[in-house]
Amino acid sequence: MARFAIKKQHVPIIASTALLILIFAAGSLRYTGFFSLQVLLNLLIDNAFLLIVAVGMTFVILSGGIDLSVGSVIALTTMLSAALIEQAGWPPAVVIPLVLALGTSMGAGMGAIIHYYRIQPFIVTLAGMFLARGLCFVISINAITIKDPFYVTMAQTRVPIPGGNFISISVIIALAVLAAAIWLAHFTRFGRCVYAIGGNEYSALLMGLPVGRTKVLIYAFSGFCSALAGVVFTFYMLSGYGLHALGLELDTIAAVVIGGTLLTGGVGYVFGTFLGVMLQGIIQTIISFEGTLSSWWTKIVIGVLLLLFILLQRLLSSRGEVREA
Amino acid sequence: MERIRKHHLFWPVLVLVALLVFNLLYDPDFFRIQVRDGKLYGNLIDILFFGSPLALVAIGMTLVIATRGIDLSVGSVVAISAAIACFTISKGADQNDPGLVATAILLALAASALLGLWNGFLVTRVGIQPIVATLILMVTGRGIAQLITSGQIITVISPNYKVIGAGTLLWLPVSVYIAALVFALAALLTRKTALGLFIESVGCNPTASRLAGIRSVTVRLFAYLFCGFCAGLAGIILSSNVSSADGNNAGLWYELDAILAVVIGGTSLNGGRFFLTGTLLGVLIIQTLTTTIYSTGVPPEVNLVVKALVVLAVCLIQSEGFRRTLARSLVSVRPSHQRVEGKVTTRG
Repeated sequence: MARFAIKKQHVPIIASTALLILIFAAGSLRYTGFFSLQVLLNLLIDNAFLLIVAVGMTFVILSGGIDLSVGSVIALTTMLSAALIEQAGWPPAVVIPLVLALGTSMGAGMGAIIHYYRIQPFIVTLAGMFLARGLCFVISINAITIKDPFYVTMAQTRVPIPGGNFISISVIIALAVLAAAIWLAHFTRFGRCVYAIGGNEYSALLMGLPVGRTKVLIYAFSGFCSALAGVVFTFYMLSGYGLHALGLELDTIAAVVIGGTLLTGGVGYVFGTFLGVMLQGIIQTIISFEGTLSSWWTKIVIGVLLLLFILLQRLLSSRGEVREA
Repeated sequence: MERIRKHHLFWPVLVLVALLVFNLLYDPDFFRIQVRDGKLYGNLIDILFFGSPLALVAIGMTLVIATRGIDLSVGSVVAISAAIACFTISKGADQNDPGLVATAILLALAASALLGLWNGFLVTRVGIQPIVATLILMVTGRGIAQLITSGQIITVISPNYKVIGAGTLLWLPVSVYIAALVFALAALLTRKTALGLFIESVGCNPTASRLAGIRSVTVRLFAYLFCGFCAGLAGIILSSNVSSADGNNAGLWYELDAILAVVIGGTSLNGGRFFLTGTLLGVLIIQTLTTTIYSTGVPPEVNLVVKALVVLAVCLIQSEGFRRTLARSLVSVRPSHQRVEGKVTTRG
């Protein structure tokens, strides 16, 4: 029996994987042209930016916090990039590091306020969300189109992979971030500290872990991921606009939760977030393949999925309590 | 002086007064109120008028937060309630029929209360943490609202319905009376009956309260139900004001503004302590800020930036740690002993 025993903390990930395979199989049976590697790769291409932010958000949620500012930071990044490149004529080689640094320092600033002044992450990142969104409109109320050759190249380059399929450069960036994050979460001192803080911040402090530094770093990392996602989003949309990525924080949190991370912190996997993002993507693909279903069904289906996964987690954790008792 | 400074409403009142004084100095016309056709006009009336739906949502939110919960779904409930009311009216033969309007309102309110109950059920019976439980409805709710309106903006032509959000009674907008009524009801229920004590007790420690004989499940269910009901009422006012329901944009960001108002009012997000008057002040601060920005001619887009700075400022002022840092940097000019420093801190 022991050989087949599944670890409790792996159940949500197994459930997400099973659901992903099930939906893909159902889609393949129902629609012609659905069963192809390219459909799966398109999921990555269309959701590369979501994957990047969700990875950053995973760390925040693992530590027991929340970051509501991610969508706005993406919008600010697209807006700033567009304004600096198209209106001020700066080269992308300067602009991209600049926006990344800006996102990182915004995150670090929020993390510092959260930790040192003991204000709820919810409120601080909410202020960050208003601030970033507002700054977009200070730059310009209208959308700015980007015609810079570098950005156009990044947007249109197709990286061929064996078998005649292709991915975009954004996908490579997103997968690199995912790999780096998995390493960071499970193989470094920083990662273990994140889990410890999420498990019990006070205990982590008593153990002598650098709680303050880690918390600031977590939010800085999330800010960096948001800015990077903003850069990728700029490649994807080729424009800067203050209303880009509106409500994305919600999709991101949903992806992390569907991926099996507990919102109370301390439990979860970065790889689960990848599955959560893919699940959201495949639901959108199914709905667009179906044609007759309207876009708002996406929200309803994701909401129902969210409910199911939370109930599953709840079931697992309560069963665990009984066993311990 | 010390007692006034320690009062829980000291900082919110100070911020509101500062905002009003700024307006007085910038443009005294801000305070002018005119009477036209038996209706009062002026910036102050606008603040009350536009603030009333937010006040409703924030009052419900205060009770939920007091039980150590949070309700992220209020914006979606606003949208659903607006959609149900407008959909029901638009299907009627005579859109102005008072019976139909009453049915629509009752349906919308019942649905909102039910949604609140659903949130409460998830939190109390299933045992999901509030932020996640209400996140589900926040995501799904907008989809449901659009499902009801078929993705369209439903417009109704019903003078009877329009009275709620745009009508006038004794010189003041009807919606202000509704908000005042609900506020009075909430204040009465929580301060003149034991309910308020129960809510605070549950917020402090649900288990201890249960052991002390308080039905903590029922108390929390009530808070979520009431919050849903309030959001539904706000949805009716908002949709009645513009005579239409927009599943996508009705009540957008309302949950954030409502939570903001509650926090500015001094209610702790950790539960166990709540101030309805503080919440009301919070709403007035948010609305005065918005109106000030419009009336001073600053581009409305900057509104968000100013709001962000005010939120941060208010939260920082309320943070003990920040006040200490501030006090220390102010007195650091003098070489001071540790104990002296501590003494200065408590004074200001």
